[in-house]
Amino acid sequence: MAEQYSSFKSGTTLWFLQRVTAAILLVTLMFHFFWLHFVHHAAEITFQGTAFRMEQLGYFLTMLLFLVAGAFHGVNGVYNALINQGITGSTRTFLKWVLVIAGVILLVQGIRVALAMSGGAI
Amino acid sequence: MSQSYDRGLVEDYGRWTEFSAGMWAWVFHKFTGWVLIGYMFAHIAVLSSAIAGPEVYTQTLGGLESILLVRMLEVGLLAVAVFHTLNGIRLLMIDLGIGVELETQAKSFYASLVVTAIITIASVPNFMGGAF
Repeated sequence: MAEQYSSFKSGTTLWFLQRVTAAILLVTLMFHFFWLHFVHHAAEITFQGTAFRMEQLGYFLTMLLFLVAGAFHGVNGVYNALINQGITGSTRTFLKWVLVIAGVILLVQGIRVALAMSGGAI
Repeated sequence: MSQSYDRGLVEDYGRWTEFSAGMWAWVFHKFTGWVLIGYMFAHIAVLSSAIAGPEVYTQTLGGLESILLVRMLEVGLLAVAVFHTLNGIRLLMIDLGIGVELETQAKSFYASLVVTAIITIASVPNFMGGAF
């Protein structure tokens, strides 16, 4: 069988979640780019337009899913990249918690932003 | 399923002569991944202006979009995102046992680069519209 280039061991929960979030991001990232760069141009974005989109529950939840999937996939990806570079022991544990905290901060701030964008409608 | 493969340390530049399509795909995927998560933190920071109020948000985004360098960086971001996505699809397919032969993996990597280039070049007018 051909050698495969995989970032980390298959069969683990983190490996599985990295693939699941990748699948979610395939859809949400393309939607985000298409909608906010090709349908609505970034230069024309106003709070009013953003609020109009975010007040719709389906759009709001999609953006929340995008945030959660992106934060997990990105932070877990960085963690695995660091493991690939050979970090072990206390360094690995320290960086793991730094990334967990960074990920939580990203999620909390992202949710605060999403709620502000919804203008109190959600 | 996949076998583990010890590719060694990437920062060991003495290995550059060993670089294969698979290694380049791996390096590009890591590099684009770092850029994307870095951008995500910056993006949420910029969007946080919404918390300061509607006017601040609109002025912040409008102000950034009036900078030519920002528009150019957006094109670069699209290139990074498209490659990471296409290569990610490629990795998902390989995980599912599709196109696992090394020759096929190399071809799909080169195809990812070509499609990324086409999409990026085609999107330039869209991103640069009104920038001049």
